[in-house]
Amino acid sequence: MTRMKLAAIAVAGLGLSAAQAADIEVLHWWTSGGEAKSAAELKKMLEAKGDKWKDFAVAGGGGENAMTVLKSRVVSGKAPTAAQVKGPSIQEWGAEGVLANLDPIAKAGNWDSLLPGVVANVMKYKGNYVAVPVNVHRVNWMWVNPEVFKKAGATVPKTWADFPAAAEKLQKAGFIPVAHGGQPWQDFTVFESVVLGVGGPKFYQDALVKLDQKALTSPTMEKSFDTLRQVHKYIDKDAANRDWNLATAMVINGKAGMQFMGDWAKGEFTAAGKVPGKDYLCMPAPGTEHAFTFNIDSFIIFKQSGADAQKAQSDFATAVMSPEFQEVFNLNKGSIPVRSGVSMAKFDDCAKMSAKDFADDAKAGSLVPSIAHQMAVPAATTGAMQDVVTAFFNSNQSSKDAVAKLAAAAKTK
Amino acid sequence: MASRHLTLGRIVLYAVLAYCVLYYLLPLTVMLFNSIKPLDDLKAGNVMSFPRSVTFAPWVKAWNTACTGVQCEGMKGYFWNSVSFVVPAVLISTLVGAFNGYVLTMWRFRGSNALFMALMLGCFIPFQSILLPMARTLGALGISQSVAGLIFVHVVYGIAFTTLFFRNYYVTLPEELVKAARIDGAGFMRIFHRIILPLSGPIIVVTVIWQFTQIWNDFLFGVVFSSGDSQPITVALNNLVNTSTGVKEYNVDMAAAVIAALPTLFVYVVAGKYFVRGLTAGAVKG
Amino acid sequence: MAMSQPVARERAGLMDMVESALPKIVLAPTFAICVVFFYGYIIWTAVLSMTPSRMLPNYEFVGLERYVELFSNDRWWLALKNLAIFGSLFIFLCLAMGLFLAILLDQKIRAEGAIRSVFLYPMALSFIVTGTAWKWILDPSIGLEKVIHDLGWTAFSFNWIKDPDMAIYTVVIAGIWQSSGFVMALFLAGLRGIDDSIIKAALVDGAPMPTIYRRIILPSLRPVFFSSFMILAHIAIKSFDLVMALTGGGPGFATDLPATFMYAFSFTRNQIGLGAASSIIMLMIVVSVVVPFMYSELRRSDRG
Repeated sequence: MTRMKLAAIAVAGLGLSAAQAADIEVLHWWTSGGEAKSAAELKKMLEAKGDKWKDFAVAGGGGENAMTVLKSRVVSGKAPTAAQVKGPSIQEWGAEGVLANLDPIAKAGNWDSLLPGVVANVMKYKGNYVAVPVNVHRVNWMWVNPEVFKKAGATVPKTWADFPAAAEKLQKAGFIPVAHGGQPWQDFTVFESVVLGVGGPKFYQDALVKLDQKALTSPTMEKSFDTLRQVHKYIDKDAANRDWNLATAMVINGKAGMQFMGDWAKGEFTAAGKVPGKDYLCMPAPGTEHAFTFNIDSFIIFKQSGADAQKAQSDFATAVMSPEFQEVFNLNKGSIPVRSGVSMAKFDDCAKMSAKDFADDAKAGSLVPSIAHQMAVPAATTGAMQDVVTAFFNSNQSSKDAVAKLAAAAKTK
Repeated sequence: MASRHLTLGRIVLYAVLAYCVLYYLLPLTVMLFNSIKPLDDLKAGNVMSFPRSVTFAPWVKAWNTACTGVQCEGMKGYFWNSVSFVVPAVLISTLVGAFNGYVLTMWRFRGSNALFMALMLGCFIPFQSILLPMARTLGALGISQSVAGLIFVHVVYGIAFTTLFFRNYYVTLPEELVKAARIDGAGFMRIFHRIILPLSGPIIVVTVIWQFTQIWNDFLFGVVFSSGDSQPITVALNNLVNTSTGVKEYNVDMAAAVIAALPTLFVYVVAGKYFVRGLTAGAVKG
Repeated sequence: MAMSQPVARERAGLMDMVESALPKIVLAPTFAICVVFFYGYIIWTAVLSMTPSRMLPNYEFVGLERYVELFSNDRWWLALKNLAIFGSLFIFLCLAMGLFLAILLDQKIRAEGAIRSVFLYPMALSFIVTGTAWKWILDPSIGLEKVIHDLGWTAFSFNWIKDPDMAIYTVVIAGIWQSSGFVMALFLAGLRGIDDSIIKAALVDGAPMPTIYRRIILPSLRPVFFSSFMILAHIAIKSFDLVMALTGGGPGFATDLPATFMYAFSFTRNQIGLGAASSIIMLMIVVSVVVPFMYSELRRSDRG
């Protein structure tokens, strides 16, 4: 090879590499079969654009371990490209000044018109987009085994006032009325459905999201705790520290009548070959038919230098918001697309109901963030409030005391 | 000897031992049984039941195709990742511990005892507290997220124990050995190489076994200071078992846990004899 | 040839200096590591505990504010209480169990090697594996209680792991299972190292076995007690993986230990200032327990 030819090849090579994109390192905790398949779709889309996906999965605690690792990485100066962070934590990271401004990408993709206002606000820091949402989980679901109810001669409760009667009948017939796993986040998941059902969306917003002391110490809050105490009466004595999917199994196997859990429970039913509407019913938790508690998974994007890295980030954000990805990902995961304009034809009936309620409730203003899943309130306050509810659930504490403790916990900074 | 005859005392002794053996074997049997049950058997029955039918599919899946993130290639790659940093870390920390023990017992100087105590005390710091400062330090040194960085962290936090083991062992060796050699004109390194090292067999075994177990089973440093393809097997196991909102396959989880534990189990069972021999040779004497 | 003599002596002088400095040179890296990575980080943690740091460090000085916040937190007091219960039971019972098993194994048992492996192998397993297996066994509805019920003895109840008051004791059970084998190995080695002639002499003198154990054997095992205590204390204070895998800190947060408290508040709740304060308190507890012990041991071993 002559020197000229070599030089020409070298120059050509340089030109090529300028157009190549950088590695995209993505921190997430989707490690189970269904979730991994969904994330693999994103990887495929990005690789089609010439980007290289560098996986960085850390499971455990619904993100606890991942957050520890993320902090260490940022401190060591090697932040990943994107990380699975949701809710107010997005703003906390924004305040550290390490996130990229996604407004150009958002404008080009018209995000403001595709996302409900409530959701878009969570993705922004000081008015600029810093995160991109992936899906919407509905948390205020109730999963019911109709066979069990039929055998016990009970009707599925539509409000919390109906709950005790139905639960009594189930218990008398020898079933466990409520399948529950005694972990703090599950306790709070039930609690927030109770608050939503007893007090309505506006009360939920005032008390649990805005942390208004008047709402927190009101009689409605005490009534919520009373109702929670009632639910506690109807769980089995071995509920402590039970994983959520073992509780779902109790409903699937006909041992229990109902479970209050988010829409990821659907995956268990599907894996067991059950058909919605026939073998199991998905219904909004009592009293929350016209409200929607959302839990949105999202990715924050870190500031990166270099045109390659920035192109990769732009590809990433656009891919996540694309209708193709939203459809495929949510089909595999059991959640629903977060942006409007995605066809729900391939989704099952529960998902269709969810999507319709999402759109309707957004318009009606009854779309509320889940506290149990860190969507509404900073981590420190969430933790303190969870401690109060768990302590109440696992003891004989009076509702009055619990209300006082909750109000105090809400002041945690 | 009288003790060989089947007296009541012997019967009681063996009965008590049998009972203890059951308590110790229980969890392993639970894990093994549940790793060969098909999933519906597991979910229907209790975890301590005998498998109604046996399948090795969970083992194959755990090794080859289980999902540990976006990639679903099982544990096999991570196995070698762990080996790649565990071996150097064990060797280096053992070597350093040996030299430290040697100096602290045979070449004492003023303050060497205080240094030893300071070393022992400092290792009590909870590892979670040092994650952030260590991350910053490794970042500044340019070795964060690399195998070198991970080895470094393990060596740093293993030195206290390796020094303890070697120091406690060398303290039982007669000082005359070294004194005589010094009079003969032998130097620091020569004495170590010719006299101390040949006598160190047992304690080297103990230290290597201990360090191997600690470092192989470590999760925290592995997850924080490694990344992507070079993650250790404990991280892969955690990703497999602790899925938050996905469907859990308990039998695959159990198989994966046993696979991750095989090297250390192997070391303890096979080298257990040398382990006790090494401890007998004086590792424990103050 | 006369010239080389003084040069040789000079060179020898230089070599001597290097030689005498060599021990210190060898220890220097360890010393540096100790200063930077042990005590340096401890100081950093102490500094952090006096700041209002939330998610990432923020070096504003606020005095003992975090400590006040720490000690007015119910969960922290429960964690301390649990540490006292768990720590003392774990160390004491591991020592007792280890010694007991070692004495049993020392009786010239058949298949000693196999039985010894059975007692020793739990140490090879990571705490995550141990915690998960014991979580299943201790769960009333799928584990031990169910097996016994199925065998017919339905009055049997063993739901400690679900009981907020008793759950910490299940952590003790799993912890002892994991660590007592190692202590046993240490004691077995110690027992084997005792000079047989002393025991034979005592037997000839007519002393009963229990007295021999009490007067001769146990005292000579004192160094083993020291080593075991150091290692067990180390495991106890750092118990994190075991608790997380076995009970997740529950029921509620009934099995919280300072290590799990520190992790939850530092990383999950974005309150690293508070987490740092809890780390410093943990260290102070450890120092107050371990230092007197170590000091007396070191002095004794130097004299001996």
